[in-house]
Amino acid sequence: MTAIYLICAFLIAAFIFFNRNAVINNVLIILFGLIQVGFTFYACNNYKNVVLQYFTFDSLGLLLLITLTIVSIPALFHSYLYLIRHDETPQSRAIYFSAIVLLITSISAAYLANHIAVIWIFTEMTTLSASMLIYHHRNKLALEGTWKYVFICAISITFVFIGILFLSLALQHAGSSDLSFANLMAYKDQLNPFWLRLAFLFIFTGFTAKLGLVPMYTAGIDAKDKAPAPAGALLASVLMNLGFVGIFRIYTVVSQTPIFHWANLIIFIAAFLSIFVATVYMTKVLNIKRMLAYSGIEHMGIVMLGIAAGGIGYYAAILHIILHTFIKSSLFFQFNQLYRTFQSKSIQYVGNYFKYNPAGSIVLLLGFISATAMPPSGLFVSEFLIFRSLFEGKHIVLLIAVLLLLTIVIWAFGKNILKILFLPVPGIDESKIPKINPWESLTQYLLLFTAIWLGLNPPPVFVQLIQDAVKLLPN
Amino acid sequence: MTNVLLIIFIISLLYVSIANRIITYVRVLALQGVILFGVTFLQLQAIETWNLVLIMLETIVFKAIAVPVFLGYLIKRNKITRVTEPYLPNFISLIIITMIVVITVLLANSIQDTHLDKIFFIVSLSTLFTGLYFIASRKKIITHVMGYLMIENGVFVLSLAVGNEMPNLVNLGIMLDVFASVLILGIFLNKIGDVFKAADVDQLSNLKDY
Repeated sequence: MTAIYLICAFLIAAFIFFNRNAVINNVLIILFGLIQVGFTFYACNNYKNVVLQYFTFDSLGLLLLITLTIVSIPALFHSYLYLIRHDETPQSRAIYFSAIVLLITSISAAYLANHIAVIWIFTEMTTLSASMLIYHHRNKLALEGTWKYVFICAISITFVFIGILFLSLALQHAGSSDLSFANLMAYKDQLNPFWLRLAFLFIFTGFTAKLGLVPMYTAGIDAKDKAPAPAGALLASVLMNLGFVGIFRIYTVVSQTPIFHWANLIIFIAAFLSIFVATVYMTKVLNIKRMLAYSGIEHMGIVMLGIAAGGIGYYAAILHIILHTFIKSSLFFQFNQLYRTFQSKSIQYVGNYFKYNPAGSIVLLLGFISATAMPPSGLFVSEFLIFRSLFEGKHIVLLIAVLLLLTIVIWAFGKNILKILFLPVPGIDESKIPKINPWESLTQYLLLFTAIWLGLNPPPVFVQLIQDAVKLLPN
Repeated sequence: MTNVLLIIFIISLLYVSIANRIITYVRVLALQGVILFGVTFLQLQAIETWNLVLIMLETIVFKAIAVPVFLGYLIKRNKITRVTEPYLPNFISLIIITMIVVITVLLANSIQDTHLDKIFFIVSLSTLFTGLYFIASRKKIITHVMGYLMIENGVFVLSLAVGNEMPNLVNLGIMLDVFASVLILGIFLNKIGDVFKAADVDQLSNLKDY
């Protein structure tokens, strides 16, 4: 079934790429959506099974796969809306949809991979497909964004490969050569600490390009800004989770070895610097999409703080990353309506949105409350638990610094969102503002309410899956 | 023999650091491809056809022929000027790259490890850092791509240093990586040549937060 899924998805991507007929195109996309949903159900029924030797339906992979499927259906729908409104040529539409199908497929495969080299290959494929999406508008700025994204991701992926080479050196000391995570866990006591240290450093640095942490976060910001918003929603949520999966899987191995505390220190530094950088940019930024992207950097910093702090932090980190996926993608989906209303990305030329589109404004408001982790947001629960784990881990100074930075983030985010919603901008021609169908905001409401529901009243299966995902980590 | 080839490889790095013309960079990259083939060939314990074909494809066909030809085509088509335009004088580049080599030698000597072939480790690390230095210190976008290719060469040497037979899957993955990244980088470089007047990194600073 997994092989069928991969082959079908790649075939559909190829067909869409060469097909110029709109009807066939739409049928193929719906078909892909059905295959994606079907595969997710198949994965749920084969929990913990190994398929095709390189893929395992384990707890973390399964959780993130379900999240991806839930987000990808509205992403395809909003992409469709986006493309019919922009007078696209059949060619650009074909490239866009084929890239998005390829992106979703390779992310799914990378989530489930149980071998570090397989994750690496599929991560490479996400870079290729994402670059096609970023270059969609084919203008000078899109070219610049794509160039930076491709270049930085190419270097990061090379770093990951160097890390894999060092990892195989570390494993040679144990007399084995199989780089699957299960085998690494089996030989965890015999891994050479020196090479393992280097391996972790390189793999971590490489995956930060996808996860969006210091030092490689820069390319992702430009990418989310220049890609069309529905594609940007995928880049800002599920693609970041891919970086998390890569780091988390190697971290699980490292956590059983003597270099565990050193690895935590590295993660603490990177996470704190990410929150700091995000805060600095959030106070200055005027481009709405980039503001949302920086908010993502801040959240990933919080997630990694939870991982490094340990204890209840592990559980909270995975909860946080799943809820963040729903919230950030819904904000990105909403952005297109905002852009259609004002024809501008800059906060300076956007305002009094409540008057023109109440349904969309409430999504923005709810999204803002959710993204800044104010109750009743689900993120409130996970962030609170992460702070508790920091407190219990006796990282008091770090906790105070992070809380201060987060306060500034809330102020900056709130200032901008409230300006968009309520403050009128002079010189707006109201006759040019289009009427927006409130039903287009339905998926955003569903995603936001899912995030609230999962945070406040998580179903037992969900809790069980997260606990199972972190059970290999030390307590 | 392997050692001689690897030392020539290091010398090629020093040579690049003082080269004035872009075409010299392209030639050095081609030379490095040939050297890599020689080194890999000498490292082979048993000659298997499939393995040999794969290595030939990766080094001779791809690194030594296809990429240099493609780069030469890009330079001609986009009318990129022949001078490399470094931010720093060549003399300082030479000193910096010498320092990189010396530091990696010292670093490698401090590692006590029987599984590791030291000279491979030194060559790969110094190539890696030289590539990063080239990316940081050159103005033209095409020299950035060449820096990236140099990093790839360093990684190739490192994978030889690690020694154990990588599974075919990973080998294919490397092929995919190199093919895809160069193709994509090339395509976008071509576009950049069309869209921007000069292919300098200074032109790529329009994406801002406001």
